[in-house]
Amino acid sequence: MTNLFNYIDRPSPIHRLTGACKLVCLVAWSVAAMTSFYTPLLCIMTVAAVVLFRVAQLKVKDISFMLGVMLVYILMNNILIYLFSPNHGTSLYGSQTVLLRIAGPYVVTAEQLFYHFNVILKNACTIPIVLLFVCTTNPSEFAASLNRIGVSYRISYAVALALRYIPDIQREYRDISLAQQARGTEMSKKASLVNRLKAASAILIPLILSSMERIETISNAMELRGFGKGKKRTWYSGRKFTRADILCMLVCLALVLVSLTLTYLNGGRYYNPFG
Amino acid sequence: MKKFSVKTIVAIGIGAALFFVLGRFVAIPSPVPNTSISVQYGLLAFMSVVYGPVAGALIGFIGHTLIDFSYGWGIWWSWVIASAVFGALMGLSTKVLKLEEGELGKKGLIKFNVGQVVCHLICWMVIAPVLDVYMMGEPWDKLIAQGLMAGVANAVTTAIVGSLLCIAYTATKTKAGSLTKE
Amino acid sequence: MEKEAIISFENFGFQYTAQAEPTLYDINLKIHKGEKILIAGPSGCGKSTLAHCINGLVPNSYPGKTTGSLTVNGKNALELGLFGLSKTVGTVLQDSDSQFIGLTVAEDIAFALENDCIPTGEMHKQVEQIAELVDVKRVLKHAPHEISGGQKQRVGLGGVMVGEVDVLLFDEPLANLDPATGKQAIVLIDEIQKRTGCAVIIIEHRLEDVLYRPVDRVVVMGDGRIVYDGDPDRLLCEDLLQQRGIREPLYVTALKYAGVRLRPDMRPSYLPELKLSTEHRKQVLDWFVGQPAQEAAPEREALLRAENIDFTYEGGHHALRGIHAIVHKGEMLSIVGTNGAGKSTFSKVICGFEKPQSGILELNGVDLSTLSIKERADHIGYVMQNPNQMISKTQIYDEVALGLRNRGVSEEEIRPRVERTLKICGLYPFRNWPVSALSYGQKKRVTIASILVLEPEMILLDEPTAGQDLKHYTEIMDFLSELNRQGVTVVLITHDMHLMLEYTPRAIVFNAGQVIADRSAAEVLNSPEIVAAAHLKETSLYHLAGFCGIDDKEEFTRRFIARDREVRRYDESV
Repeated sequence: MTNLFNYIDRPSPIHRLTGACKLVCLVAWSVAAMTSFYTPLLCIMTVAAVVLFRVAQLKVKDISFMLGVMLVYILMNNILIYLFSPNHGTSLYGSQTVLLRIAGPYVVTAEQLFYHFNVILKNACTIPIVLLFVCTTNPSEFAASLNRIGVSYRISYAVALALRYIPDIQREYRDISLAQQARGTEMSKKASLVNRLKAASAILIPLILSSMERIETISNAMELRGFGKGKKRTWYSGRKFTRADILCMLVCLALVLVSLTLTYLNGGRYYNPFG
Repeated sequence: MKKFSVKTIVAIGIGAALFFVLGRFVAIPSPVPNTSISVQYGLLAFMSVVYGPVAGALIGFIGHTLIDFSYGWGIWWSWVIASAVFGALMGLSTKVLKLEEGELGKKGLIKFNVGQVVCHLICWMVIAPVLDVYMMGEPWDKLIAQGLMAGVANAVTTAIVGSLLCIAYTATKTKAGSLTKE
Repeated sequence: MEKEAIISFENFGFQYTAQAEPTLYDINLKIHKGEKILIAGPSGCGKSTLAHCINGLVPNSYPGKTTGSLTVNGKNALELGLFGLSKTVGTVLQDSDSQFIGLTVAEDIAFALENDCIPTGEMHKQVEQIAELVDVKRVLKHAPHEISGGQKQRVGLGGVMVGEVDVLLFDEPLANLDPATGKQAIVLIDEIQKRTGCAVIIIEHRLEDVLYRPVDRVVVMGDGRIVYDGDPDRLLCEDLLQQRGIREPLYVTALKYAGVRLRPDMRPSYLPELKLSTEHRKQVLDWFVGQPAQEAAPEREALLRAENIDFTYEGGHHALRGIHAIVHKGEMLSIVGTNGAGKSTFSKVICGFEKPQSGILELNGVDLSTLSIKERADHIGYVMQNPNQMISKTQIYDEVALGLRNRGVSEEEIRPRVERTLKICGLYPFRNWPVSALSYGQKKRVTIASILVLEPEMILLDEPTAGQDLKHYTEIMDFLSELNRQGVTVVLITHDMHLMLEYTPRAIVFNAGQVIADRSAAEVLNSPEIVAAAHLKETSLYHLAGFCGIDDKEEFTRRFIARDREVRRYDESV
């Protein structure tokens, strides 16, 4: 499972940006998308995200699995919203333009459709950027990047450790689970829910308790090689910001400002074409 | 900020890795079709009780973010933050439960479970929905229903998996001194 | 001229805070610049604590009270502290997966440099140099699970050498390596020492394997004290090692059995330079002739039959290629080979954890392919290497009963079955204890009991004695032999050549996904081609026999083993 996070090494300008820069951009982009309901901006951001995706030389088939999960998620989310609040659009935009009556409170209104369009846009403009970050950032650079943007190196290293030991723990989980299955532990639908959880515990207890022992050994190994002695540390995979990095970060920070300004000028969070 | 010991740092890293593996690969079929129950909150509750609020918060935050990264469905900040808050709140009980000293008993288990149910309710019925309303503008009814489902499921798994973990862990702390061969 | 001491213990003692008795007493030990020292002793003798004092984990991570003094590089170790000591002493831990902290080889080597705030550019240069020195340059960008055990250890070594330390401390460096890789590790340590002039301290109970390259001094520990400190040749002439529960080199034991009186000037610590007179050789030959002949194992019925098994992992790794193998009823058998040779995959296929793409697997003539993992476990029990990964209950009784409860057996029936199994495993007196109160060896027994209770026809054990000293090794293996005598078929997956020779008449050798040999253990180890292909290590008895003009080296090995078991059994009963 080297490629759990789907890092794809390709010679693109996006790959060349430092991890720290991409992290800042990711956070800024998410904030901009989250604060704004200004539809034109969301549209522009979605188009930009798709373009950036092409610039990074990523292909649809590289991320087909993630794309599938994502589409199912968006669909489920929208169905849920509609089931619970078929008139949420009406209450947001203050008007009701009925297009179709189904039954009882379940009507299809233009406002509700427009609201769903916005929710989908909000997902659609962030998800490609998250994928972009995951696919173009070498996991080795994660920790160094966090440290560069101001997270303490100790916490940054905790992230690196998580990435380092995920494959080991995954393998251990598999081995333990097989040995327990041989002893008759069952997690399938045949057992009751409580029994299934108890069965899971039979696997998790040895896994977690042996990991607790491992925590001690690893912290010894780290201290023996001088981890934690200084106020700072350097990183083998750390890189200096280039001009392109700074430019990208400025653009993304500007985006946050634009998003906030538009919300302010709009006089409310929701861009309202019905008013 | 307080300086963490290296051991706490490693506990955060390994805890987040366990949270990730459990959340991503351990799927227990649930009664509702096409959904599965995640057991990682039992782990998070347990690790938080052992290592304290800051470690708990970071395990939840890092572990949940990594899961979102690996699925590629964007980062659901509201839920990530709710996970972190759950870790932090559970971590506050470290001093009450004293797992390190091999004390738990019935009273301890009751305290642990009352605590975890309250924490889950706060996180999934209040924090996650409030953040979602603000960030995503989603309707309250849907969020409350969603939060209730998640909260109940997580509380049930924590009650079983988390309690069993605490029992097993305190058992490793018992001293052999009082034992005799029969 | 006396060389300068870099580490010096004077009347040193240590007691852990949580313990009632000190772990170390009256330690007086000097280690000089550029010296190579082996510290040996059984589990619990204090050798790991001694190592922890040198690298600072004691008292930094394991608090306690020290008496006397320890100076490193002329400074008080307590004042230097963990970080100060790490500038002088580089430690390579036994568990290479925990030692490997970085995401890739390069980052792991760089770890100490990062902590020293070395600028990134310079760091890259230094990592490159070290990688060249320990020969991992080709795998710099690889993740830990993409490289072999031997490479992992090289990375571990590189990661501490990068700090330009004066002392390299190895904590049981051979524990997780196959025999040939272990041999290479010893060669590498020797070369690095010669090139850098570091002092080297190796903590190991596998004496013969370390002595593959000469050491300057051996320190033997027992019950928290140093019981020997000096020349390895003189040590081997005495009986101290046996008394302390450390295995002597086999050729030394054989010479002693033959009545050869060893003298330090015969150079017994280094086989290539061992001097034996004509008289000595005749003694060995006479002993060989005088020992009773060992009969070949009787023919038995087949229990498990594997035919033409082929298996490829999802990622495309072709792990098993046309495997043919038979396990006979009531036999005790070894499966050997390097990491990645296919022996673990084969055991997973037998247990049903992996499904082969083709081939037949039969137990007592019944096809296994239709049985689930759980159903197979009624016939074939699998015991994992690390008991901590198997035990999920806090009470011994519950742990052993788990498999039966999962199978819906009634509690009335469970009790007598569990109790009978606990008696067989010598655990009955502990039946109401929590598992956590047991030693590692006892936990291992609990896991074996939890499998035996299902009454399988055959049990399969993965490295049952890994990391155990001679006493625990003998304990576990004698227990397994006893089970075997009671009719249980026992299959062992192992790296340990001596285990294979001593306890299992037959061995199946895997290499690159194929079975390359299936014959007696002695034959396997006496065949240089198989030994080379499968990364095994030929036994030193083979060399000794050759040296003394004995042609039937296998028979020599067999007779030695038979004699040795007799002696050891006698020793234990006294």
